[in-house]
Amino acid sequence: MPEIKVTPLGAGQDVGRSCILVSIAGKNVMLDCGMHMGYNDDRRFPDFSYITQNGRLTDFLDCVIISHFHLDHCGALPYFSEMVGYDGPIYMTHPTKAICPILLEDYRKITVDKKGETNFFTSQMIKDCMKKVVAVHLHQTVQVDEELEIKAYYAGHVLGAAMFQIKVGCESVVYTGDYNMTPDRHLGAAWIDKCRPDLLISESTYATTIRDSKRCRERDFLKKVHETVERGGKVLIPVFALGRAQELCILLETFWERMNLKAPIYFSTGLTEKANHYYKLFITWTNQKIRKTFVQRNMFEFKHIKAFDRAFADNPGPMVVFATPGMLHAGQSLQIFRKWAGNEKNMVIMPGYCVQGTVGHKILSGQRKLEMEGRQILEVKMQVEYMSFSAHADAKGIMQLIRQAEPRNVLLVHGEAKKMEFLKQKIEQEFHVSCFMPANGETTTILTNPCIPVDISLGLLKRETAIGPVADAKKPKLMHGSLLMKDNSFRLVSPEQALKELGLAEHQLRFTCRVHIQDPRKEHETVLRVYNHLKGILKDYSVQHLPDGSITVESILIQATAHSEDQGTKVLLVSWTYQ
Amino acid sequence: MAAHLKKRVYEEFTKVVQQQHEDLSTKKLRLTKPSKSAALHVDLCKATSPADALQYLLQFARKPVEVESVEGVVRILLEHYYKENDASVRLKIASLLGLLSKTAGFSPDCIMDDAINTLQNEKSHQVLAQLLDTLLVIGTKLPENPSVRMRLVEVACKHLTDSSHGVRNKCLQLIGCLGPVEKGVAKEAESQAAKDVQKIIGDHFNDQDPRVRTAAIKAMLQLHERGLKLQQAIYSQACKLLADDYEQVRSAAVQLIWVLSQLYPESIVPIPSSNEEIRLVDDAFGKICHMVSDGSWVVRVQAAKLLGSMQQVSSHFLEQTLDKKLMSDLRRKRTAHERAKELYSSGEFSSGRKWGDDAPKEEIDTGAVNLIESGACGAFVHGLEDEMYEVRIAAVEALCMLAQSSPSFAEKCLDFLVDMFNDEIEEVRLQSIHTMRKISNNITLREDQLDTVLAVLEDSSRDIREALHELLCCTNVSTKEGIHLALVELLKNLTKYPTDRESIWKCLKFLGSRHPTLVLPLVPELLSTHPFFDTPEPDMDDPAYIAVLVLIFNAAKSCPTMPALFSDHTFRHYAYLRDSLSHLVPPLRLPGRKLVSSAVSPSITPNEDPSQQFLHQSLERVYNFQHLDPRGIQELLEFTIRDLQRLGELQSELAGMADFTATYLQCQLLLIKALQEKLWNVAAPLYLKQNALASAAAKQILEETYKMEFMYSGVESRQVVIIHHMRLQAKALQLIVTARITRGVEPLFGMCEKFLQEVDSFQRCFISEVPHMQGSFVDKLLDLMPRLVTSKPSEVVKILQTTLRQSTFLHLPLPEQLHRATANIIEPTGESDNPLRFTSGLVVALDVDATLEHVQDPQGTVKVQVLYPDGQAQLIHPKPADFRNPGPGRHRLITQVYLSHTAWTEPCQIEVRLLLAYNSNRSKASTRIPKSTWSESLEAFPPSENGIEGTIPFSKPVKVYIMPKPARR
Repeated sequence: MPEIKVTPLGAGQDVGRSCILVSIAGKNVMLDCGMHMGYNDDRRFPDFSYITQNGRLTDFLDCVIISHFHLDHCGALPYFSEMVGYDGPIYMTHPTKAICPILLEDYRKITVDKKGETNFFTSQMIKDCMKKVVAVHLHQTVQVDEELEIKAYYAGHVLGAAMFQIKVGCESVVYTGDYNMTPDRHLGAAWIDKCRPDLLISESTYATTIRDSKRCRERDFLKKVHETVERGGKVLIPVFALGRAQELCILLETFWERMNLKAPIYFSTGLTEKANHYYKLFITWTNQKIRKTFVQRNMFEFKHIKAFDRAFADNPGPMVVFATPGMLHAGQSLQIFRKWAGNEKNMVIMPGYCVQGTVGHKILSGQRKLEMEGRQILEVKMQVEYMSFSAHADAKGIMQLIRQAEPRNVLLVHGEAKKMEFLKQKIEQEFHVSCFMPANGETTTILTNPCIPVDISLGLLKRETAIGPVADAKKPKLMHGSLLMKDNSFRLVSPEQALKELGLAEHQLRFTCRVHIQDPRKEHETVLRVYNHLKGILKDYSVQHLPDGSITVESILIQATAHSEDQGTKVLLVSWTYQ
Repeated sequence: MAAHLKKRVYEEFTKVVQQQHEDLSTKKLRLTKPSKSAALHVDLCKATSPADALQYLLQFARKPVEVESVEGVVRILLEHYYKENDASVRLKIASLLGLLSKTAGFSPDCIMDDAINTLQNEKSHQVLAQLLDTLLVIGTKLPENPSVRMRLVEVACKHLTDSSHGVRNKCLQLIGCLGPVEKGVAKEAESQAAKDVQKIIGDHFNDQDPRVRTAAIKAMLQLHERGLKLQQAIYSQACKLLADDYEQVRSAAVQLIWVLSQLYPESIVPIPSSNEEIRLVDDAFGKICHMVSDGSWVVRVQAAKLLGSMQQVSSHFLEQTLDKKLMSDLRRKRTAHERAKELYSSGEFSSGRKWGDDAPKEEIDTGAVNLIESGACGAFVHGLEDEMYEVRIAAVEALCMLAQSSPSFAEKCLDFLVDMFNDEIEEVRLQSIHTMRKISNNITLREDQLDTVLAVLEDSSRDIREALHELLCCTNVSTKEGIHLALVELLKNLTKYPTDRESIWKCLKFLGSRHPTLVLPLVPELLSTHPFFDTPEPDMDDPAYIAVLVLIFNAAKSCPTMPALFSDHTFRHYAYLRDSLSHLVPPLRLPGRKLVSSAVSPSITPNEDPSQQFLHQSLERVYNFQHLDPRGIQELLEFTIRDLQRLGELQSELAGMADFTATYLQCQLLLIKALQEKLWNVAAPLYLKQNALASAAAKQILEETYKMEFMYSGVESRQVVIIHHMRLQAKALQLIVTARITRGVEPLFGMCEKFLQEVDSFQRCFISEVPHMQGSFVDKLLDLMPRLVTSKPSEVVKILQTTLRQSTFLHLPLPEQLHRATANIIEPTGESDNPLRFTSGLVVALDVDATLEHVQDPQGTVKVQVLYPDGQAQLIHPKPADFRNPGPGRHRLITQVYLSHTAWTEPCQIEVRLLLAYNSNRSKASTRIPKSTWSESLEAFPPSENGIEGTIPFSKPVKVYIMPKPARR
């Protein structure tokens, strides 16, 4: 039985450092290559030594697919390709290819320049790595090699995020990456056709959450920001440079314009300008509204949002600041947070998921006293708000995607084990498909029942379908022919042709049977009696009495001979062919 | 694509066939008939190759074929069809057969047998499909012939087993269009072939080709449309189709399910995998709700639209559509809406610091949470959040329709509608505001909802703001804080967008009159009166102050205690506003002002009757003037016109009617005056002055008649006849006057002939009305017609003159409703002293904003005229999208006019006005030409010989100061 093997190296019952190995019909594919935000040691990257101990990765992996540019999905890529060593193709969508290196470079800077780590990948490595990338379009079927093909579907989530279908022969796997089933201010909803894959590997960040309508969320968010600003407080919104940030920017920008507000909005510089540039560029990847209005005005050309300077943080008066990174684990957002945390007028809004171990996670879980580096204790007086703006599908969304794609098996990754358990149970109950949730390093084997394509000549097909009643064309139908397996291909041909091709002579099979009859008469009399009898009962068949003393009924031959020992016993020989 | 284009080309040509057929005389037709079919025959025989034959056929298809020769042509085509080996030529012939049988006036039953015969030996699937299409055309042309239809259906059934999807498609289409519908016929059919159409079609629901499946469902829908009651058994089949792989199948299946749910709403269906049963309409509702989260947006739109029309669904199901159980980490969470509601009902004020109030509360049973409920759960929540705005709009519309029929649902969907006010697409916002207005009778806004609603007042789009004003006009507010909030926000809006003045005042008028008791406690604050101190008198010209007063005065109408709270100047202001803004300020019964109030406020409703009576009486008087002397007639007419005009000013409801009759009487007066000239018999040249007067009168009458015909909405054919009659009289007058002035006979010939033609066309157009016009000008004229045609121009003139004098004055019957088209340019206001400067040679855009009332088809008729000081006039056709339709009979034109001119030395004023374009061809009596799109409105219909095009100015001109500067070098 053919099987698909899946081994998560990261993101198995966990969020962060997504990296999943899939073997399908002899092909090995690596899905995503991310880093973990919560760790600063070796655990931040997936354990690539699992793939192969001493051989080259390139020999083992047929391709690497990156679903989107978030670091927990692509952060380990330069390390993987340049430092561990991989020269095969890496597939990602065009926007991902454009934005990915910016983020990697930023990540490298923070780790190397700020934290002073050594033995980390260099800028040159990022560049080299990106040279190995092959960009794909949405819905474009890319042939990796003769058998393996991949196809990207729109996934929402962030600009350029895609779900990938990996297909070898009739077996296929869909990997969703991160996706969002509800459209937001700047991106559309994920969509997939009824591709019925053997396996759907889905993220499950919000496996146990059903979210409120996005309009409520938006309104709530705007109200909170507005109220704080009117009070004279400062609002800190830690975001990843790309993705949610742009959505929130659009939201605030339009709100500011509508309400005619004056308080400044800042966005931490550097990344933003470059990234916004790409957002302006990849308009086709955004939602309907932006696509339709960009001719008049590109929504990503902000009027109210200005670049942030470090000195602005101490300015008096209200302001709104978007700062990176999103989980308050390092960088500018943490610096600003420290400055503002003491004032209860201020507010921090966490717009997305926070990985365990980050400051973001701590304050969200209600800690008011944080231990910072150097044994400092930081008391958090500012308001902490959580707004689920992170663009992952909620439980309902995941179920909706499963319903759309109709997979035969589901595998959950990128989520917490306890939550997955619930969703797994739900999926099995609702769709009656088996569902898996392997931990990191655990291999899941899925048996598939692939259909095997067989070629048939048109003549034979027509001939065979012409026989018998016209059955419903959708139902299976019985056909006669010989199956030829030759040079890795299957063909159904007519028996004559099969014989010809194989150079074999035709053999006929006859069945014979002897019947002993007590009949003292002469042989030919017995024959005549049998003949008359048969003629009497088989009126519709041609019964012939041949001159050599045998009888034929169609193709059946009957001969009578006297028994060698007992002349009174006649032996009737009945012989017929296989029909 | 090419085939599609071809088809279109042919379709257009068939149109031409019909028109030409109408125009050409029969004699000509007979001449062309034999040559037509013969030529084709010759051509086809000449053709050496299939390509040649195809060319001939294509050429042939470009020319129209007359009814008489259709059959001959068909025979020739058929003959050639049997001989032809090439499939493409046969295909062409088959399609030609279909086209030919469409020819108006041709009855295709004679060719049916031949067409059916051709099917027998045909091998090519494409040709077969085309032939079936032809049969469909033939069948639809013979609606009164059930046996023919039966035969065709049988033929179609026979070909249903064809292996090509195209053929099966056409067969199903044919069965759907022609299948027996009536019970009796169906039984007959059973005896004949024992065939049940529904079953045959139903069998193809499982066809392997999605196109055939779609065609089968469509055929079923077609049968339903034609009146066949579909069987309930189809329902389960249709439900299976909802899970089809192809979107067009799903889309059609949704429709079918909807149809069935309307047919059998009350029957009971079992729920699979349980032994419960529910009503079919509920089940269908649940299924369609499910389709709102389909993968294809086409299906989603379809589903969302249909949801709206399922009114019989039980409220329990209906309310589920708005339900979306929230949970967070497996604990039940309340929605923001619920939270807002609770906050409100607990009486707390929003502190803005809802710390942790969305923290999940109760633990939920993991088994009970059904993530994808098999039912209506949250369909609208999904629909309203959809990515495509088409789906969102459809969902909002559906919400509207359901809410209109169910008050409890209306109450529930309010939160969602209010949320939609913040949609990113303006159209959706607008639609949801309109929806809210439509259901506003059923709802009362909570304060927090009102807050969200009012926040939209700051929207920069005028449409949104105005829609919101309309909404506020008819909402119910629950508290006085709500009223105050609304007033404050509206005043904020007023300062931000001063152009909204009128709309805001109107809004406050209704707000006041709807909530008198809520306004009462606010009065002292609003008027800033103080129990001890006199406060300064507010500025009477301040629009904000007027807005407040409008609110208070309207509330005071039904709240007699309120005026006691007014200070002195308020009463003065009341008197002033009552006079200047009488449409906004109602009559009040004020203490100590009895005289004024009683004079101003006579009871309103019975007021209509006397004035209408007055109108009719004065008209009666006029129509009976026959016995009066000419002087008396003139005076009577003058007085009546004056009366009517005044009446129109006083009674806005009757304005249209009064103006209309006044105009008519004015025409009559002019005519009488012109004919009263005692000097008609004297030699003409001596009395040029009088002639000038008469010709001016004729001209004016003509203009007035055009106005009467085209400026009023609600004019019926009876009035049109009278108007045309008056015009005819004016033309006669013109002819007489010209005959007097001109010397020589030659120019008169042409004029006479033209006039007689017009009489003729009048007769043709209004043949049915002529008998009612006893003793009128035209009646007499028609009697004299034989004489007129033969006599010389001078004779004609003489006859006309006497007839004109002797003819009686026609009674003008009044229609039920008559409204005069009016336009009011709001912007530009014409008050600005700052010239609009622009560089000459370039263009400047001038924003024009106007309200139009009672204009039919404004897209086609309303034009903007710009008059430059040098006399140059420019006519601008606004785009259809520039017209908005805020209410019945009302339109709003918001457009931009591009101006340009060569450099001027100093700023000067240009005039902008609106014109109503008319075309006498399009008159209401003559056969209506199908409305053309705006782009081809003028090009498509070249004015025929008697079509007169013109424009009527119907708005006051507005002056705009502009200054084209010379371009700098």
